[in-house]
Amino acid sequence: MNAPLVGSQDAPRVNATRFRQAHEEDWSRLEQIVTRMEKRSIRSLSDEDLLALPALYRTTLSSLSVARDTSLDRALITYLERLSTRAYFQIYGVQTPASRQLARFFTRGWPAAVRALWRETLFCVALTFGAALLAYLLIRSDPSWYFSIIPQSMAQGRDPSTSAQALRETLYGGDKDWLGVFATFLFTHNSQIAIFAFALGFAFAVPTVLLILYNGLMLGAFYAIFEAKGLGTNVTAWLMIHGTTEIFAICIAGAAGIRVGMAIAFPGRASRMDSAVQAGRLAATAMCGTVIMLAVAGLLEGVGRQTINDDGLRMLIGLAVLAGWLAYFYALPAWKDDRGE
Amino acid sequence: MASEAIRPVTLKRTFITPEGVDLRLELGSAGSRAAAFIIDFLMMISILVVVTIGLVYLVQGGGPKVAEFIGVLWLLGFFILRNGWFSLFEMGSRGATPGKRIMGLRVVARDGARLSGSAVIARNAMREIEVFLPLSFLGMQTAEGAADTFLVLFALLWSGIFLFFPLFNRDRLRVGDLVGGTWVVQTDKAPLSADLVGTAFQQRRTFSPAALNLYGIYELQTLEDVLRNENPEAIVTVARTIRTKAGIPDDGEDYAFLSDYYAALCAHLEAGLMVGRRRDSKLG
Repeated sequence: MNAPLVGSQDAPRVNATRFRQAHEEDWSRLEQIVTRMEKRSIRSLSDEDLLALPALYRTTLSSLSVARDTSLDRALITYLERLSTRAYFQIYGVQTPASRQLARFFTRGWPAAVRALWRETLFCVALTFGAALLAYLLIRSDPSWYFSIIPQSMAQGRDPSTSAQALRETLYGGDKDWLGVFATFLFTHNSQIAIFAFALGFAFAVPTVLLILYNGLMLGAFYAIFEAKGLGTNVTAWLMIHGTTEIFAICIAGAAGIRVGMAIAFPGRASRMDSAVQAGRLAATAMCGTVIMLAVAGLLEGVGRQTINDDGLRMLIGLAVLAGWLAYFYALPAWKDDRGE
Repeated sequence: MASEAIRPVTLKRTFITPEGVDLRLELGSAGSRAAAFIIDFLMMISILVVVTIGLVYLVQGGGPKVAEFIGVLWLLGFFILRNGWFSLFEMGSRGATPGKRIMGLRVVARDGARLSGSAVIARNAMREIEVFLPLSFLGMQTAEGAADTFLVLFALLWSGIFLFFPLFNRDRLRVGDLVGGTWVVQTDKAPLSADLVGTAFQQRRTFSPAALNLYGIYELQTLEDVLRNENPEAIVTVARTIRTKAGIPDDGEDYAFLSDYYAALCAHLEAGLMVGRRRDSKLG
């Protein structure tokens, strides 16, 4: 077995050497091309390199296969594995262009994701209004409940002992300075909560449900103190101009969290992993959309509400925007599908 | 079989290309991923600090209109930095944040498909509960002077569960990876190493078949590592062990002896492979 070693001329003794001699040029050319693509982009390649790339990639892949079977040089195999992996990601890992991804998100992904979450969304809406009703009834029977629902920092002087005049001023007296900052703050703050609602869904949706519940309680508590002073319609208008969008968005974000939590807790026939991934991607799309909705809500609340003081107009705007969302999510895709057939 | 018992559990995972070749992707280790996150985090904080100082400087020079505009800019910038840093970078063609690039990591869809935007957003939105929630919670409470021991413990426990989550599963998945259907792989560059055997004709030692039958592929590749690392102590130890086992007298040239033995053993084992005799280790 032991071949005579002394005197074997220039013939390579091991496969690795033979192999390196035959293909090293191709590998290093591929490495150069891939490095340039990683550093800059595919546009920086000359036509010649671009044409050579697929062939070089396949050569290297087949080198890898052969090396694994015939060569015992581990460093060589590692080198080929890494080079092939880098080339693979440059060739197959190409992303869909951002503009097309965005277009698809608005025309299909977003409305479809919201539509798929309709059951969870309905649950969140019911939960919000149920909690609001509960808070309202509690505070009507005993106003001291108000303080256990609304923290001092949120109340800003609005509590059951405030006079009707002072309450009315909070609804219409909005100061017109810093509107932009106010609107932006509302948007970023609410979006952060929407993202939380999604992420907290991972804990079997329990914290998400609590978040939605609390949101509803606060809504009902505010309504209760204004209603007690005969300002029910006014506060409804004050809430509606942005609230239709904001509450809807929070409900969708909650629905996204609930979907993730339920998919992990009750995966059904799919494996728990697959079920989590499927729900996670769908819910992430819906959650992304709620950030856009909350930007609209922030503008309506921060700018629209502070400059429009007419109840009728406030309600009208709120309803119109809500109708717009409903049409976009639930009616538009259906109409599109019909036309497609 | 024996070789499997010797080798530690690896982070290599099967990943078949459309050409049907298994690339055996190597998952990013917990250490390099933590390092990547720390780099990203430090970058985010430095950007935040520098931009904030710059904007404060601008506010002092301008009127109230400028101040309002800058306030909006800062709020939006903070929001995008916090929620967009990871997602926007990972959606790019490199599939990695700057920290991951430095550590040679890349985010990949587990099913081998293209990495979609929704997967990236899902994996990064989960950071909210992994890192930012306990952090901001803790920060808020300390600011109010109300951070009692219980609360600190709870926050630590909470982030501890998520922080060490990758260590409790085989694939080093973060909670975000789990929900997004992604994993993080190592994409190092490795230069082509020198050929240990070479073609240049040289006088070599010869070895008896008995000496070459001592070892298998596992030992050969360990010897390869020893030769490539060129650690003098390891070379002396390994040379002595092989000489003792094979009963070869010491000629004082350890490195030359080992590289000759490597060449001979490699040729011997490869000849065995050709006729279907694969010897994985000295045990069989």
